[in-house]
Amino acid sequence: MPIVLESLAKIVFMFLLIMGMVPALIWAERKGAAFIQDRTGPNRAAIGGVRLAGLVHPIADVLKLVFKEDVQPEARHKAFYNLAPWLAMTIAVSSYAVIPFGDFITIAGRKIPLVVADLQVGALYVLAVASLGTYAVVMAGWASNNKFTFLGGIRATAQMISYEISMGLALMGLMMIFSSLRITDIVAGQGDMIFGFLPKWGVVVQPLGFILFITAVFAETNRNPFDLPEGESEIVAGFHLEYSSLKFALFFMAEYCHMVVGAALIASFYFGGYQIPWAPRAVLEANAGGLLTAKLIGVAVAASVFALLFLRRAQKEKNKFNDNRDREPVLGAGLWILVAIGAAGALLLKPWTVGPQGAEMVATVFQISAFVAKVVFFAWLFIWVRWTLPRFRYDQLMHLGWKVMLPLGVANLVVTALVMAFV
Amino acid sequence: MTAMPFLGTATSALTGHYATVLIFVLVGFVFAGLALGVAKLIRPSNPSPAKMTTYECGELPIGSSWIRFNVRFYLIALFFIVFDVEVIFLYPWAVMFRTLYPIAGLGAIVFWEMIIFLGILTLGLAYVWAKGDLDWVKKLTERPENGAATAALEEEASAP
Repeated sequence: MPIVLESLAKIVFMFLLIMGMVPALIWAERKGAAFIQDRTGPNRAAIGGVRLAGLVHPIADVLKLVFKEDVQPEARHKAFYNLAPWLAMTIAVSSYAVIPFGDFITIAGRKIPLVVADLQVGALYVLAVASLGTYAVVMAGWASNNKFTFLGGIRATAQMISYEISMGLALMGLMMIFSSLRITDIVAGQGDMIFGFLPKWGVVVQPLGFILFITAVFAETNRNPFDLPEGESEIVAGFHLEYSSLKFALFFMAEYCHMVVGAALIASFYFGGYQIPWAPRAVLEANAGGLLTAKLIGVAVAASVFALLFLRRAQKEKNKFNDNRDREPVLGAGLWILVAIGAAGALLLKPWTVGPQGAEMVATVFQISAFVAKVVFFAWLFIWVRWTLPRFRYDQLMHLGWKVMLPLGVANLVVTALVMAFV
Repeated sequence: MTAMPFLGTATSALTGHYATVLIFVLVGFVFAGLALGVAKLIRPSNPSPAKMTTYECGELPIGSSWIRFNVRFYLIALFFIVFDVEVIFLYPWAVMFRTLYPIAGLGAIVFWEMIIFLGILTLGLAYVWAKGDLDWVKKLTERPENGAATAALEEEASAP
């Protein structure tokens, strides 16, 4: 059953991607916050005295939360209280099923599209799952039987349903232009050019729709400036106040999963997904050998530069701490030297002579890298915004959702229809 | 392989099928469940009455929090239902617009029909906006009927 195997392989790949992205984002959030607030950030957790720039912290967090006692309030509604974090995590990962992370790949003569489930109504599925997220939050808030969590829960519901309509309206302009609800069609359509030089990305053809969509996505993920369901300064921690140990960890991970989904959706709908501008697949395949060689040389050069920087720091800070921490720059330099040697060694295999099979593989890898790069950028945007903007007041939130975004969404739709009809 | 009509066409096969989504969601569900189960097995459990109180910044909570809450949240929910259902009708139109518009005699109908539909949607929005139901902060003086209603209630209560 190769079909089943290939589907399973894609599901496993997607889960590995999520489970890799989440700790990486937690690290990026902490380091990013520290960078924005001009401080050092996480630097205490260490393996054998080596701190790895704070990368150990997410691992330490997981271990701590797994071994913590689960403190539960007596007054809770038992079933819903236990179900809420479970549901939150499940819903957070389910959106990934329809996001295409690459075009296709040919293995043993079979063309495999690089998306777990290529639903005809993929965009609707995304919207449906986004609205399901409300249930987990309100369930957690209500079942804890705590005034703070209850407030957080109903706030979250009102906020999420208010921005959902604008999200749907913003996407509708895109559906009109690409005449499809299938996300792979929308991404493939963005490979075209307008006037021969402008990539037909969603952000180019739907600038207002993009602004509405990105705002709605921020509201749906409950991140700053829309983090009123959590609102530390008002309702302590909002809907997950009464959760501890791994149940809290699931809510925490669900938030980061939502961030990755949001970033992936913005990238897929408005920034061409896996498409590289001005370099469609045919061009990539035709120049695969040259591209691969250039990439390997680039990696080797960049890694050498990083290694040199680390070596210089190692020399400068030779006896800074007088313990294992002094080894960190040397280790970093060693790592980059290994990468540089790897890339240079790969050049010996004559990458400029790849065959047609290899050329396709190279094109696929380049496209997947483009997608991941876009997702990483938008995930960083989430972090950047969180540590830059203050939180909305609740009436401002409702004002923006109903009196600004909804009319603008309708106007965007009408203008799109007019332009398509008369231009 | 035997024919499986429910799987769709050759290239999409399982990829285009909802079963894949179901499997994906189930994998997520089982993953979260496994994590919860493992944590339950290895974590300590020493509940005490003090630990199990509801957290209210150190105060003992008074009463349950399952109470009636502000009616404004219900209003938002009502608007959501109304507008979301209307928006659902727009999806098929949005997808088919490019195909149907160039057809002679049909294009104008397709275009104006939806403009009228959107007009009604906007009219509904304008109505709740003018009624002041979209305002989160309300002044009692803005609603003169409020006083009348209270007076009527008082009258009713005082009647035998």
